Amino acid sequence: MFPSRFDYVAATSVDEAIAAKGDGGDETRILAGGQSLLPMMKIRLANPSKLVDINGIPGLDVLERVNGHLRVGALVRHADMVASDLTFGAVESAAPWISDPLVRNRGTVCGSVSHCDPEGDWNSVLLATGADVVARGPSGERVIPIGDFVVDLFTNALNEDEMVTEIRIPVPSGRSGGAYLKLERKVGDYATVAVAAHLELGGGGVITKAGLALTSVAPHNLKVTDAEAALVGEMPSEALFAEAGELAAAASSPRDDVRGTAEWKRQVVRTFARRALATAAASAG
Amino acid sequence: MTASGSILGHAVLRREDPKILEGGARYFDDLPIDRMLHVVFVRSTIAHAEVTSVDTSEAVGMPGVVGVYAGDDLELEPIQGFVMLPPVFARPPFAKDRVRFVGDIVAAVVAETRAQAVDAAELVIVDYEPLPVVVDAEAALADGAELLFPEHGSNLAIEFDFGEDPTVLDGAEVVIKQTMVNQRVAAVPMEPNGIIAMSDGEGGLVCHVPTQNPHGLLQPIAAATGLDEDQIRVVAPAVGGGFGAKAGMYVEFAVAAKAALVLGRPVKWTETRSENMVAMTQGRAQVQHVEMGLKRDGTIVGVRVKIYADGGAYPTIGAFLPFLTRTMSQGVYAIPKVEFTSWSAATNTTPLAAYRGAGRPEATAFLERIIDIAADELGIDPVQIRKQNFIPPEAFPITTVTGANYDVGEYAKAIDEACRVAGYAELRAEQAARRERGDVLQLGIGVSAYVEVTAGGLFQEYGAIEVHDDGSVSATVGTSAHGQGHETAFAMIVQELLGIPMERVTVVQSDTALVPRGLGTMGSRSLQIGGSALYKASEGVLAKARQLAAHLLEANADDIVLTDDGRLGVAGVPSSALSWGELAVAAKSGDGVPAEIGESLPPGMEPALAYALDFNQGEATFPFGAHIAVVEIDTETGNVELLRHVAVDDCGRILNPMLVAGQQHGGIAQGVAQALWEGFAYDDDGNPLTANLMDYAMPSAAELPSFEASNTETPTPLNPLGAKGIGESGTIGSTPAVQNAVIDGLSHLGVRHLDMPLGSQRVWQAIRDARTSA
Repeated sequence: MFPSRFDYVAATSVDEAIAAKGDGGDETRILAGGQSLLPMMKIRLANPSKLVDINGIPGLDVLERVNGHLRVGALVRHADMVASDLTFGAVESAAPWISDPLVRNRGTVCGSVSHCDPEGDWNSVLLATGADVVARGPSGERVIPIGDFVVDLFTNALNEDEMVTEIRIPVPSGRSGGAYLKLERKVGDYATVAVAAHLELGGGGVITKAGLALTSVAPHNLKVTDAEAALVGEMPSEALFAEAGELAAAASSPRDDVRGTAEWKRQVVRTFARRALATAAASAG
Repeated sequence: MTASGSILGHAVLRREDPKILEGGARYFDDLPIDRMLHVVFVRSTIAHAEVTSVDTSEAVGMPGVVGVYAGDDLELEPIQGFVMLPPVFARPPFAKDRVRFVGDIVAAVVAETRAQAVDAAELVIVDYEPLPVVVDAEAALADGAELLFPEHGSNLAIEFDFGEDPTVLDGAEVVIKQTMVNQRVAAVPMEPNGIIAMSDGEGGLVCHVPTQNPHGLLQPIAAATGLDEDQIRVVAPAVGGGFGAKAGMYVEFAVAAKAALVLGRPVKWTETRSENMVAMTQGRAQVQHVEMGLKRDGTIVGVRVKIYADGGAYPTIGAFLPFLTRTMSQGVYAIPKVEFTSWSAATNTTPLAAYRGAGRPEATAFLERIIDIAADELGIDPVQIRKQNFIPPEAFPITTVTGANYDVGEYAKAIDEACRVAGYAELRAEQAARRERGDVLQLGIGVSAYVEVTAGGLFQEYGAIEVHDDGSVSATVGTSAHGQGHETAFAMIVQELLGIPMERVTVVQSDTALVPRGLGTMGSRSLQIGGSALYKASEGVLAKARQLAAHLLEANADDIVLTDDGRLGVAGVPSSALSWGELAVAAKSGDGVPAEIGESLPPGMEPALAYALDFNQGEATFPFGAHIAVVEIDTETGNVELLRHVAVDDCGRILNPMLVAGQQHGGIAQGVAQALWEGFAYDDDGNPLTANLMDYAMPSAAELPSFEASNTETPTPLNPLGAKGIGESGTIGSTPAVQNAVIDGLSHLGVRHLDMPLGSQRVWQAIRDARTSA
């Protein structure tokens, strides 16, 4: 109910935030929306010695399309994504599935991405669409492909003195489609299983690019590279998507828990991967 | 609304709501009280263990700490859970030698701020020597089971054995057997538990408690603290839901009360949600072994039931509730013979108590499930098999074979109406078409018919009406609303009888200093018992007012009528009428009576325009109804979506249809929740697996369709309002309808029974098993 004692810094610039974070070492956490961090602090599962609040930093709420990317700044809330007409495919499909309206109003996309909770939704979407994470540290900015950024359970590739300033999601120029299918017990629950699918089609409708990633069925959001490889160069079909579904199920490593058995979750992966790809192909037109 | 037209039967808006919706309602945690101290509890993290040491030395020295208590420090007496249970099962507020469930209290820290108390509580060091754990009631009663109270010699809390009847299934051509789990659920009121206990300045206590029953706390708080009952005042401020779990005493109240006396300052306990999920009493938790014998034409010949009920650690009224399950185990059917036995056991889990329905939903659940299995096996439509076994309307009043005195019932009327609203035949056609096509999304249609008992055992209630000099009215009643809308309903009754606008009626409740006695709000009793008390008290005041008016107007009391503008006057002579305020002044026995009104009271009349009584209904009422649920099942993932829920609930004459609909909708949501999502689970070591709202799948409006709730009206002859209870009907009717719908949607695959909650995984597993074995 009450967090342990901690220090609090309200940063007014990214440089100030980075300096404050670097000072505190690994006991310092960035506070953006706080929708994962604060509940964990209240039950004392997380006990950071210092919070660096970035909510007062101007410019971090950028949400725009530029240079073939969708830029999502560190203070863009989930609700901003729901309301925006700049989103597309799996990104657009996933946004309304993020938790509940209260969390969406405060929680940020970049915060969720940085948290690397395997039950978080956004990292699957970013893995499927091939997004980059932009991080800033004392020595400047670096661009980290999402596949490298997601290291493991609650573990990202940031250095202690770095913070995420934005993510960049490539906007396809040709025919494309995507979908995010999520099975949850109730609104606000984590995904029992979710699947992000992204397809780009070339001349004659052949699949030129494929992204498929899974939520809640591995120690981290899982990009199904086998399935992606099997899809590229093929014409969309029920049989092809069923095959991709099998590969996704095989790649997943769910666990038995209060939401259900591993065997059943694998069946949901199989079914949702097939359906998400079919929806992605259909929406590619 | 004028005095000339009846207000009863109108959907009058709840007058409680503006305050609640605008944040003006004061819950106990909002009360601004000076010099408040805060108590935080150190709870066992182990389900069953010997406590080898409790070290509070570090906590005592923490900033702001004024007291750390454990063991016998506060000299609190153990609290007996329920009068019929073994006294040795009484719960000491501080577990001493042994903890018996995760959540049991080992110590308490009192500090200047809540945060300080939390910090200090973390430093109380408890050493445990773990003991074997029992989490299952049936296993708890097996030979050699680990005992929670070794001195008692067994874990049996109470047994209800009405004798074996070897003939109970005689004449059956088919016997259906099924074991069913009516799983444990958490009450999860929006407002968790708590208390503010403070000195009254004269050695006594004032306690502000979010309770359903303020008067019911006087005795147990007195017994625990050593005060007399008349030294204690209990006030229930705005209360955010209870569902039965706030009906009784909690050991936390005793600790806070005694600490307030010892420290001489107000002490507040505000339960957190995580705490609530293990500390507040839970509901249901029965394993039911059921046999039903039938003729091949579907006629029921008898039912045999054996129930193992979980009482939790320190059993309380939950252990008694199988008695109510037995009372209702004939249900709506003309069943000639019922054999019933139940055993309630102590286990290393959170104690069980009343939860919306309290023993009756468990009866409806097994009956409605077993009759559906029978219908499936005999090839009879589920609606048809029910109708052919219903107790016919002409049989009422009737005493059932389990001893329940049903007042009125028209069961076919309710189920016919439910079928009409649902479009039952069309639904069956749609289901057949989907099966024929082998659709991925299959349809399930579930039916339930129920009768339940309301105001059971709590037949009597205090009600008083007093008219004031300004013509306003106080309506004082011993029930205690915590969300139901009694202020609205009871004011409507006063307006109806006295012609005084309900805006001028103040409902006085929920404070033992203002209400001389009361039994609280539970068991769907408040309108029929409390409302009837106010109805009769209003009649009493009206009679007195007519006598007084007759005296003052020098007329015959029989000629005094209530005028259209809400005054009392001689029929046909409107100019002479007296207002309620004028009569109230006159009723003051001459003191300050204006000369123009004339002499004071007639000979023999008591002063004050007031009337008080205890209304006694003498018996319970038995509301009934029928529900139909429609679900869609994704056969590839097992996901279930409730598409429609049709409820036809008969609570007798309806006073305010909006309040009734509110009870139906809320009740249905909680009933559906048990069928599809909720279940409080433990692992084998007694660790709760669902002790927060992330893991415990309580649904919200987003998961539910808009319910189609309507009513038939069969008034009871037992009270002047013709009203029966509606608080629990929705829960009782909906759970089996939804469970039956899911199983009905899978029955063509050979699925015969599934236990709740019917989450996707369980449904998919059943589909897969059926296909594998086919």
